[in-house]
Amino acid sequence: MDELRQLAVDVVEHARQHGATAADCVIREGSEFSTTVRMGEVEQVKEAGSKALGLRVFIDHRAASSYTSDFSRAGVDRLVSSALTAARVTSEDPYSGLADPKRIGIFPGDLDLYDEDVTKLETPQMIELARKAEKAAFAVDPRIKNSEGASFDAYEGRKILATSQNFVGEYSRSSCSLSVTPIAVAGEMGGAGMQRDYWYTVSRKFSKLEDAEQVGRRAAELALRRLGARKVSTCQCPVVFDQRAARTLLSSIFEAVNGDSIYRNASFLTGKMGEKVASELVTIVDDATMVGGLGSSPFDDEGVRSGRTVVLDHGVLKSYILNSYTARKLNLETTGNASRGMAGNPGIGPSNFFLQAGEHSPENIIQSVNNGFYATEFIGYGVNVVTGDFSYGATGMWIVNGELAYPVQEITVAGNLLAMLQGISMVGTDLEFRGSMAAPTLKIEEMTVAGI
Amino acid sequence: MHKAHRFFGEKYGVTDTDLERYLAEALSAGSDYADLYFEYQASSSISLDESLIKGISQGVSAGCGVRVISGERTGYAYTDDLSSDKMLKAARIAAHIASGPARVTTIGLSEREIPRNLYPVVIAPTDVDLAAKLDLVQRADKAARAYDARVTQVRVGYGDEVRYILTVTSDGGVSGDFQPLARLSVFCLAQDGKSVQRGFSGGGGRVELKFFLEEKTPEHFAEEAARQAIVQLTATDAPAGEMEVVLGPGWPGILLHEAIGHGLESDFNRKKTSAFSGLIGQKVASELCTVVDDGTMPMRRGSLNVDDEGTPTTKTVLIENGILRGYMQDKLSARLTKAPLTGNGRRESYAHIPMPRMTNTYMLAGNSVPADIIRSVRRGLYAVHFGGGQVDITNGKFVFSASEAYLIEDGKVTRPVRNATLIGDGPTVLKHVSMVGNDLELDEGIGTCGKDGQSVPVGVGIPTIKVDRLTVGGTGQE
Repeated sequence: MDELRQLAVDVVEHARQHGATAADCVIREGSEFSTTVRMGEVEQVKEAGSKALGLRVFIDHRAASSYTSDFSRAGVDRLVSSALTAARVTSEDPYSGLADPKRIGIFPGDLDLYDEDVTKLETPQMIELARKAEKAAFAVDPRIKNSEGASFDAYEGRKILATSQNFVGEYSRSSCSLSVTPIAVAGEMGGAGMQRDYWYTVSRKFSKLEDAEQVGRRAAELALRRLGARKVSTCQCPVVFDQRAARTLLSSIFEAVNGDSIYRNASFLTGKMGEKVASELVTIVDDATMVGGLGSSPFDDEGVRSGRTVVLDHGVLKSYILNSYTARKLNLETTGNASRGMAGNPGIGPSNFFLQAGEHSPENIIQSVNNGFYATEFIGYGVNVVTGDFSYGATGMWIVNGELAYPVQEITVAGNLLAMLQGISMVGTDLEFRGSMAAPTLKIEEMTVAGI
Repeated sequence: MHKAHRFFGEKYGVTDTDLERYLAEALSAGSDYADLYFEYQASSSISLDESLIKGISQGVSAGCGVRVISGERTGYAYTDDLSSDKMLKAARIAAHIASGPARVTTIGLSEREIPRNLYPVVIAPTDVDLAAKLDLVQRADKAARAYDARVTQVRVGYGDEVRYILTVTSDGGVSGDFQPLARLSVFCLAQDGKSVQRGFSGGGGRVELKFFLEEKTPEHFAEEAARQAIVQLTATDAPAGEMEVVLGPGWPGILLHEAIGHGLESDFNRKKTSAFSGLIGQKVASELCTVVDDGTMPMRRGSLNVDDEGTPTTKTVLIENGILRGYMQDKLSARLTKAPLTGNGRRESYAHIPMPRMTNTYMLAGNSVPADIIRSVRRGLYAVHFGGGQVDITNGKFVFSASEAYLIEDGKVTRPVRNATLIGDGPTVLKHVSMVGNDLELDEGIGTCGKDGQSVPVGVGIPTIKVDRLTVGGTGQE
């Protein structure tokens, strides 16, 4: 057994010997590289490796945790003793504990999460890709006069988990991404009349990244399209969400089906299991076993074997997203979504969480609207999942007679998530993963746009 | 010698000779400037939920970031292993950004004395016995539940940390700092059979634990969170469209942070990517508005003795009687734009490159009586508490979300309305400020600002102000 894997097992054993009735230990090590090119020149190069170890202990049903970046014998001794000292003063909570041993395990298939090519990338090659992407953005139109730069990022890391149930598992992951943020300028440089937008490509495999020039051109087109954006009058109208905007909506739905919100009655979806909460066009899935997925893993952060969960099936709420703790609180089974940092109890995170593609091309969806808003970016923190109230700052295009007529900014889009889910009347074919959450173009029949 | 300087020597065996060697290595490829940022952080947190102490977490991390600047280029590497070979390796990696023979050499290190300590804690919060902290969260739970029987869920979080910071720069400066930070927060849900609503309150600063016993007690935060949740039970849909908006004092200062603060960070202006680029000396606000960023306020969450590049923090006038006066600088932007340093170079940790960031940003008090401000509004929104905000610095559009707001009708505050996002334009919103109250308040010490993936603690403040025109993003029909 290699050194770090042995260390994880030893730390758990050490905690057991000193009074823990159960324990688990997670070790992460990884290295990151990032570079930014701006206006054709290298602006930043960053490179480093790091490691950290987190320990969770239980004394019967009392839990505490500690973490350290010091892997020495003395560092580990301090880690164990501080966790145990704390566990003696936390409360007895009958729901706390490790995962159900029946669910512990490792997904047997090859998830293809690690690409050696990412680790072999040379600095000049990454700089060149960023430079190429930014250059392509500038070449689209003379009004692309400025840039926040193009970045190439690469990561590789390894995660090890050992528990006192004799589980020990590990996996390695890689990822790389290329993003460009050009600025379109209507008149003079600086001041009013500037618009930025961005586009990016991301993958676990270097060979799966999209063409750098294509990424740059797309980013430039998005920024140019915003020039001359104006406010519109306050009204009720249909709203089309492009992929990025739809992803913001989906992340709100994730918070609403998160077991932490559910057991506290802090979600508008509490108690609605089995009910039709959305239009029948809406099917939402969380799948940790997608090959090469950015949210895939063979087991979750409690060692629960990965699987696939249908959350909404044709509008009917079928499952919440749970870890062991919230599953026990709700008298359900964990969905294998435990997610933990180094400190604290495990939370809940998405694996590959997506809204399934529908039947309509994005063009068809836009054509179906006579007078409405096409949202391309939301800003702010405008969701209250307790009530379902949704109100975001938005940027996008106004749709007139089925066409994107002019750019719009400084407006808000508001509604209630439950009504919005039920109001989804068209779902696009364009589901693409650029992260662990993804949704295709969506149309909601009526929302409030606030402007002038 | 500052205790942070001594700390890294005693705990990790880092000598001044080592520091000079690392800097020499960082400068070996011919750059203009290099610095080392040593950080040791110890933290603890407690979470209470359903009246149970569900978790206690404690941890330590340490590391060093090596930065090398060559013209506009930055090379950066960090390590969580402070041994000589790993430090030299990090310095070598960072040095790659430059290519050529060494041009700058260090001129002998000397410690810069900071003639003040903004947070002179006798007992660091991390050194206090757990029992005293457990008592705080339990008191908050009890007080929130006692506030009203409709309060059904209470979550309390307590967190503290101390950091030893040592910054060593190639111009010979060594600056140490010891930074404590503590925070207590309360989240409540209230339920009345018809709806469930939430309330949130919290605060703290660079303080000792006694702050929570003597100044802002657990009961204070608990009652405030419970009160907000109960108020929301009777709230109706927020209106939609442009209207007069009155902001209450304190945390609504987040308006300044989003609308103008980020746009005045010098990196964006140097690159001309900010809607505020090139507006120095011009009128960007009504003459009632004077806005400052002040990193020198004792005990405040956003304050620092020295910033994360070793520069002493200052009080910087951003807007004076409506005229844009200055930007907030880090070393790189200050050097490239030949501007004086303002002590705004900050970073999340040793693993992050410093950037110009805000500290405590607030508007000075005016002459109006708050009650007169409300009386002057025929129909508008009175917003007293906010959640988060965000800004697109390039087009200047910003949002912030009201978590507690009321309608004003014929000069009177009438009924509460539900969460609404407010949206406006940074370079013009303050031109529409027509009244500024005499009741300046700073927030209670809960703010965290994110930029390029880096989070740092900040403060905001504002007196009651009236904005003649702002778009309110509710769903209410008129």
